[in-house]
Amino acid sequence: MTQSASRRRALLLAGTITAVVAAWPAAAQQPAAQPAPPAAPATQATAPTPPPTWAQGRPDAAIEAKLAPIAPPPIPTAADKLPVEKLKLPKGFKIEVYAAGLANARTLRQGDKGTIFVSTRLLDKIYAIVEKGGKREVKTLYSGLYRPNGLAFKDGTLYIAELSKISKVEKIEDNLDNPPKLTLIYDDLPKDEPHGWKFLTFGTDNKLYFNVGAPCNICMPPPTHAQIRRINVDGSGVEVVARGIRQIVGMDVNPVNKQIYFTENSRDWLSEDIPQDKLNRLAQPGKDNFGYPYCHQGNILDQEFGWGRSCDEFTKPVALLGPHSAPLGMRFYTGTTFPAEYRNAIFIARHGSWNRSKKIGGDIVVAKLNKDGTVKSIEPFITGFIENNNYLGRPADLAFLKDGSMLISDDYNGAVYRVTYGNAAVAGH
Amino acid sequence: MDLCLACHGESGQSKDTEVPSLGAEPAFYMLIQLYLFRENQRKVDVMNEATKGLTDDDLRQLSDSIAKLPAPKPPPDSPDPARMERGRELVHKYRCGFCHNRDFAGHDNVPRLAAQREDYLIKSLREYKVNSRPGYDATMAEVTQPIPEPEILDLAYFMARVR
Repeated sequence: MTQSASRRRALLLAGTITAVVAAWPAAAQQPAAQPAPPAAPATQATAPTPPPTWAQGRPDAAIEAKLAPIAPPPIPTAADKLPVEKLKLPKGFKIEVYAAGLANARTLRQGDKGTIFVSTRLLDKIYAIVEKGGKREVKTLYSGLYRPNGLAFKDGTLYIAELSKISKVEKIEDNLDNPPKLTLIYDDLPKDEPHGWKFLTFGTDNKLYFNVGAPCNICMPPPTHAQIRRINVDGSGVEVVARGIRQIVGMDVNPVNKQIYFTENSRDWLSEDIPQDKLNRLAQPGKDNFGYPYCHQGNILDQEFGWGRSCDEFTKPVALLGPHSAPLGMRFYTGTTFPAEYRNAIFIARHGSWNRSKKIGGDIVVAKLNKDGTVKSIEPFITGFIENNNYLGRPADLAFLKDGSMLISDDYNGAVYRVTYGNAAVAGH
Repeated sequence: MDLCLACHGESGQSKDTEVPSLGAEPAFYMLIQLYLFRENQRKVDVMNEATKGLTDDDLRQLSDSIAKLPAPKPPPDSPDPARMERGRELVHKYRCGFCHNRDFAGHDNVPRLAAQREDYLIKSLREYKVNSRPGYDATMAEVTQPIPEPEILDLAYFMARVR
């Protein structure tokens, strides 16, 4: 047993998980998470190369785990090959293919006139799904955009957040066959690739809210990063409303208390089972700090950045959503066609893990809330995207249509599914 | 396919400066690159032109055929042991093998690096570092950030000759 392993075991026996992690100097980190130390001087060729100090004790087995972010195919899966038959839903709910052929489908938004806008993250496109003469049609509205993950829609205008700029296009639904040029509204943004993609949403103040993610797995972020900002719809009046956030790919306004809730993806390489990803709420805009890089999941100090800090300095999550499970899109259900127990609950698309040997996530969970806005329960809603530790699909975002049904995007298959309850399923056809 | 091999080498081994050897590249990696070329998301004029108008099935067939070409061989020179050792340590430091495999054969969306042309490796690492070659995802942009130019040269020297 190595020294660090024996110390780890002793701590496991003696203390809490928090103590173990804080004292554990051994956790592996993502490549290039921080400036690398100077190279060790060359030793004789037969000697094993010592790892850099910060990576000492990283379990050798981890290199055999072959864990790396999972890339979705750039070409979408054919409609008849989509895994809808394998998905499990609560009694009375039905899922069907709504549209196929949208490679890397990510954020979903519905326009006032019914158009479904779909973004991409790894490709350069924005799609529109339109109904024409009773037939559903997918068209590519824009190409040549740069990681255009974020979408918002209000008063006829579509807002698009690329990696380092936010643009708008007015009256888009009147011009779907000849989409007008985008008008830039805001580009005072870093250009970092890691966690550079945005989620965009409206608050009740009619301002656009979006994230600027940490430019790394784990590092001390510059003051311009790891935050939520808001701007007016013309791009003016920028404010930082929350800090200490590693990365967000889903936000929505609670229809009851009007606060913004958001999913946050926690750091990698600490271990298979910690830290968990989070569901947060922004109760004190301008003041809330959610802890990154010092504190993870509300109760674990980072083994590098946590020294001398306390998790009590930071805003706690309202729920933990599983280690590496990658909760992305989330929306409150305000419709009336689902049973009453789901009203004002949060549906969350967990994209599924990559930094974990046994995959978890790859599902839709539902968070039911107490009257005070805290979380009462987290329950599975749709499962079945993982089979034999492989993904059949990966839910990225979801949206509720005006008719009360739910759409889910799958960026692995390039598809959009529709979920209905009871007889409502028939109404769609 | 003949058109591809005219530049990239019939036996999977390129003889042209800064043109990559494609032998034994994972089919999924090839499919992604061909798609990015066709859609002008990865901008290399000659490749954007070559992939124009190809169907999804064309891209799949090309990727599968390329993956079956024999793996390239390292240059016949006798490697400088000191540089090889430096490269080995850098590979360890930046944990290249974590995604590219210990033998650098790649898998799925992660390309084969072993015995790739040294000039192409240097070019790619430099392009990732300044983000003039945006990857399909952000991984390489992140990984190359802290790598200084002399280490890029040593990494490429090592990868081109690794057996």
